Amino acid sequence: MLKQRLVGVVLVKDGVCVQSIGFCRFLPVGSPAIAVEYLNRWSIDEIVMLDISAPRSRTTISERLIAAVAARGLVPLSVGGGLKTIEAVREVVKSGADRVVLTTAAVQNPELITQVADRFGSQCVIVGIDACRNDDGSYSTYISGGQQSVGLSPVALAQMAEARGAGEILIQAIHRDGSKQGYDLVLIEQVAAAVNIPIIALGGVGSPVHFLEAAGIPGVSGLAAGNYYHFTEHTALVAKAFLVNHAVSMRHDSYADYRDFGFLPDGRLAKKSDAELEELFFVHYTDEVI
Amino acid sequence: MARVRNICIIDYGMGNLTSVASALAVLGYQAQVSADPRSVATADGLILPGVGAFAEAMRRLTEVGLIDVMERCVLGEKVPILGICLGMQLMARSSSEHGFHRGLGWIDAEVDRIPEDTKVRIPHVGWSEVEWTPNAMLGRNIAPEAHFYFNHSFCMTCNDDIVTSSAGEDSVVVAAIAKDNLQGTQFHPEKSQSNGLRLLRNFLNYVESAAENRSKVMAD
Repeated sequence: MLKQRLVGVVLVKDGVCVQSIGFCRFLPVGSPAIAVEYLNRWSIDEIVMLDISAPRSRTTISERLIAAVAARGLVPLSVGGGLKTIEAVREVVKSGADRVVLTTAAVQNPELITQVADRFGSQCVIVGIDACRNDDGSYSTYISGGQQSVGLSPVALAQMAEARGAGEILIQAIHRDGSKQGYDLVLIEQVAAAVNIPIIALGGVGSPVHFLEAAGIPGVSGLAAGNYYHFTEHTALVAKAFLVNHAVSMRHDSYADYRDFGFLPDGRLAKKSDAELEELFFVHYTDEVI
Repeated sequence: MARVRNICIIDYGMGNLTSVASALAVLGYQAQVSADPRSVATADGLILPGVGAFAEAMRRLTEVGLIDVMERCVLGEKVPILGICLGMQLMARSSSEHGFHRGLGWIDAEVDRIPEDTKVRIPHVGWSEVEWTPNAMLGRNIAPEAHFYFNHSFCMTCNDDIVTSSAGEDSVVVAAIAKDNLQGTQFHPEKSQSNGLRLLRNFLNYVESAAENRSKVMAD
């Protein structure tokens, strides 16, 4: 049986991995390759790397960057950022990407979705949808890094993408980006209910509880987060242990697995008893040898 | 320790060659990525990767002129080979992907679309546990709950005696095969983190011992 996936999103702005808040404020993190290396080591299931400066500067994500990142991540890698032509897609696939994310191009040139699906298979095409919630509760779709609004609802765009041959939808809530308040579950449910292809949810994760909230939505097969994975250790491993504890079917087969840990209601690891911690002095953990 | 064994990743323009090479690099092997018949002929172990369509892959293998030399090595000299995903499928007699296409015909198998009436979603993309047969060489030191990354719509149909692992609901998907020096996986070990590395290590150990045996035979 296929498992629910934790997807790590690495945002790259002018060659630097960043955290994004509301699509407008950015905090530098460091080298994208190092970010990917840690995600990989701590058992992420898939990596999505998006060059957010590419649509604004009208460039395409750098192939050197993709190659550097692909060498560090022994998991499937999806790549997006300024991809406009089938040639550009071919180049990034050649550089080591397994799949591509089309966001702006999916709206401006929907034919590209079909072209990529025909040439590389529909599993190779992820259509990214950046949605923002309006005051009346409806949602608008944005392209070009959230700068330009288009007259197409996220649901309509998702349906169009499916009809054109997209293999998956990456739905992102702009208004939740960097908020740590959790996914916009209404948005995700709406889009997931409108199509038959799997959905990757993105935008707003601040604790493993947020993953759990979206894991139960039918059609959601990927739980993505960006900022959440930076600056803390074993983030994906701990989140997986929490989700497995809550009966979500995950790939959780790594050497360190946090299975014997308790969790607080907010998804953080519970402190072990003093006696157990004392005992740890005498436990020997050998290195994993492959 | 620097490895002396010569591993060749066959480059015929289809597949994620760099990720296979970087996975081998993690294990301490500097593999050659090559379409040169001489590199194939002198290799101690071959890896045939593959992503894409069956017919296109066969056409390109023919175009780069590698089929003869591969057959000499694999069938004649019994050099170990690992086919990954499409690379495994190519070893079959034929495929029904977009028409009827002949494969390399090294193993008694056919490639067909994953049957619609099973519970496997098509395309079969994602992480799945696999069930190994007890003596599977590639499955050594791999825990029963280990997951591997699948990404395919077609799968192999063959006799049970060469199947070493299977996946999917009711185990309908052939996940790995072995016949003499031919090994194949439907999943992508190079994209399956530490368990994928373990599997590649098993293959490399097999390459090491096979190369040793060959040199012993030559010395005698």
